[in-house]
Amino acid sequence: MSDAAAMQHGLPGEYEAPLFGAYSKKVGMWLFLASDSLTFGALLVAFSYNRIYTNPWPTPFHVASITNATIMTACLLSSSLTMVMGVFAAQRKDSAWTRNWLLATMVFGTAFIVLHGLEWSKLIGEGLTIPGFPTPAGATGGELAEVSKAVPQFPATFFGLTAMHMLHVTIGVIYLGVVAFRKWFLPLLGVIWLVGFLLIPSDNVFHYLIHALLIALIVSTIILVLKPKIYDAHDVEVAGLYWHFVDLVWMFIFPLVYLMSTKIV
Amino acid sequence: MSGAEEEYSGHDSKAQYFWVWGALLVLTAIEVVLGYKQIFEPVRMLEVLLILSVIKSALIIGYFMHLKFEKSIMRWMLVISVTGCFIIMYFFFFPDADRVLRLGVK
Repeated sequence: MSDAAAMQHGLPGEYEAPLFGAYSKKVGMWLFLASDSLTFGALLVAFSYNRIYTNPWPTPFHVASITNATIMTACLLSSSLTMVMGVFAAQRKDSAWTRNWLLATMVFGTAFIVLHGLEWSKLIGEGLTIPGFPTPAGATGGELAEVSKAVPQFPATFFGLTAMHMLHVTIGVIYLGVVAFRKWFLPLLGVIWLVGFLLIPSDNVFHYLIHALLIALIVSTIILVLKPKIYDAHDVEVAGLYWHFVDLVWMFIFPLVYLMSTKIV
Repeated sequence: MSGAEEEYSGHDSKAQYFWVWGALLVLTAIEVVLGYKQIFEPVRMLEVLLILSVIKSALIIGYFMHLKFEKSIMRWMLVISVTGCFIIMYFFFFPDADRVLRLGVK
């Protein structure tokens, strides 16, 4: 989108045309995404580095894991499409459909997080773990317990990389929730945090990780109290840039982490 | 209609986004089939998967993130700077990982 709509100054020619031909929020988001891509680049390089020098590298992903990861990929790709539709609706100033498309994007994103959480729980239940993770009963004798002992680089890089991505997807869903529903999203976020904390057993790592939602709730509340506003098409487009980025990162994590470690029986 | 909306309607049709989405799903399916069939040896497999990932990311960045329709200075500055950083990372780390492997460290 050009900057024409964003530059609504009183006097024509009062300001110079922006260098990048885009409004500042969008340039800012692109710069953030460029720096964030280096964060993920470093994590992917760390994973690949360990993959190359560790011989043999574990191949723990059965058909069920690959099927799960493929469905997760389809969810993210579909969420990008619904996000684009949301941006179109926002540009038409159709607030009802903007909200609907953003909600659809959030549903796909939440499905991704839930499926990824189930995958993590399954792997941890089979013995794949890192120091500091709570250990469920029976996990120490699981199929992957030996992998954790013999090749600790695998669980360390796997959980490090996928946790960082899962965090980004979670932030993305909350970001879209705030843009779509503003202050009405906050009680829902609080309920999800509380119910999740109470229902997830204490020997599951997500019993603790779900506190990320509490932090997000506090940050979102501060933002919405200090700067309440109705988010416009530019805000929706900038949120979309962030959302597509988490989709983009997964396009590298999926083949490098899952498909290169497939267990063919 | 604002200038921004005019620009969007000028080069965007919803159909092209559905085509891109379909192409991304097909490329993902190809990756999964390659992962199962294991036609290639691991290093070749890694190269093929990375090429497919780069194609997918180009589609996402170009169409979904709309970079294809931005001003060329923004397009090139972002692409060159990020790619340059990745190339530097590659040259720093991978020769060393390969050296460790060749030295026979298990």
